[in-house]
Amino acid sequence: MSYITGVGLMSYGKHEGSSSLDLMSKAAELAIADAGLKRAEIDGILCGYSTVSPHIMLATVFAEHFGIRPSYAHAVQVGGATGLAMTMLAHHLVDAGVAKHVLVVGGENRLTGQSRDASIVALAQVGHPDYEVTLGPTIPAYYGLVATRYMHEYGVTQEDLAEFAVLMRAHALAHPGAQFHQPITVADVMASKPVALPLKLLDCCPVSDGGAAVVISREATSAAQVRIRGCAQAHTHQHVTAAPALSELGAEIAIAKAKAASGVAISDVRYAAVYDSFTITLAMLLEDLGLAGRGEAAARVRAGHFSREGAMPLNTHGGLLSYGHCGVGGAMAHLVETHLQMTGRAGNRQVKDASIALLHGDGGVLSSHVSMFLERVR
Amino acid sequence: MNERPADWTRGVEVIRYQVCRTCGATQYFRRNFCAACGATELTENQASGEGTVYATSLVARAATPETRAHVPYNIVLVDTAEGFRMMAHGQNDLAIGDRVTARFVQFAGRIVPYFERVKLSKGSTE
Repeated sequence: MSYITGVGLMSYGKHEGSSSLDLMSKAAELAIADAGLKRAEIDGILCGYSTVSPHIMLATVFAEHFGIRPSYAHAVQVGGATGLAMTMLAHHLVDAGVAKHVLVVGGENRLTGQSRDASIVALAQVGHPDYEVTLGPTIPAYYGLVATRYMHEYGVTQEDLAEFAVLMRAHALAHPGAQFHQPITVADVMASKPVALPLKLLDCCPVSDGGAAVVISREATSAAQVRIRGCAQAHTHQHVTAAPALSELGAEIAIAKAKAASGVAISDVRYAAVYDSFTITLAMLLEDLGLAGRGEAAARVRAGHFSREGAMPLNTHGGLLSYGHCGVGGAMAHLVETHLQMTGRAGNRQVKDASIALLHGDGGVLSSHVSMFLERVR
Repeated sequence: MNERPADWTRGVEVIRYQVCRTCGATQYFRRNFCAACGATELTENQASGEGTVYATSLVARAATPETRAHVPYNIVLVDTAEGFRMMAHGQNDLAIGDRVTARFVQFAGRIVPYFERVKLSKGSTE
């Protein structure tokens, strides 16, 4: 048994002058305060990585900087799936009695700490150094390959993909911490600059500064109790060249295992938080997870299914596409927003019923997957 | 220990792949063992350069001065006649399902495989 007892999220965008450690510290402070704990009560630390300030021992660097001496600490690196992978590990650590309160933290000054080109080059290194990176691909190109294939097999169009960017932007408008607050239309997405076709600028998440943190505890620390019901991972490949067929990707494996581990069915889910590095990522994952039929996710967006008032509210903070993406903290914002929704603290974004939530993270090029079900106990 | 024969990743205009002598699996990313069964006896083979386009993505935004000089360039995944999938460059208008054949071009200071549509000869059955 484990509970998410505290969450902390910074605004995403520019945090001029803040280092990765600064951003991690601010997010951690928010999460620990939210849990009603003192720093000294944190006995476990899991952190991600920073492309701006790489370090072989980031967790202990952070612990010293932040001023705690945990009995368990290390970094975790699974690309975009890192936040949920750390949360899954924290769940098992507290469940096994290794720690009582594990702080999970990610933060990076990815926007102001290095050039956009430097970020693009750093991220492209998820490709194979000899057989892929030498060809000059970018992360959008890896996902662009997946997109053309997915569109080909399931009859999805560029206009369909644009719907996801429009939806995430509409959600971001209601969150003061989001990086983008200008409404966009499908026509805007279609007219935006080509990046790696079929993906255009507005199909891609931005580069951001930001930080997010959560505290995972063995016992609840307040009346608002959100429990991790069950979670699972799947890792089918690293490089897109070695990816299995679209019908055999890891999201489907992870969700099947998470359903088995938690006893939760998709029909039980009331809120969804799904990784959305690109519009194609979100479209595919929704369909892989069973939140929409094959090729039907865009139609569900148009019908309002994933809107705040819809049957399955999705990424109500705006997701990576519009809240922003600061690396490890990026997808942790999905988790923080889910917690706020489940505890009735989402303010003007509050959905009717977030009693059971499904979260899904993806790292690499649909390489690493983590599915997780959360449940509000009371 | 297998001697590694040079291929395009090492500046030679050849696409190579390996076949496991034990289980028959084909692999493109070179290793000293078979990733399917772990056996260490592999044959080193030269691919024909023939294949079919599996996916494409036309890169318009590159991130280094060397690669920016080439935009737009088409990153493609090709299913080769020999049964492995590879990433390469290709004509900008290639479509999924196109039959293609490889030549080699200069890109950002090195040679890379570049796939072009096969022009079917008159009387071809395909």
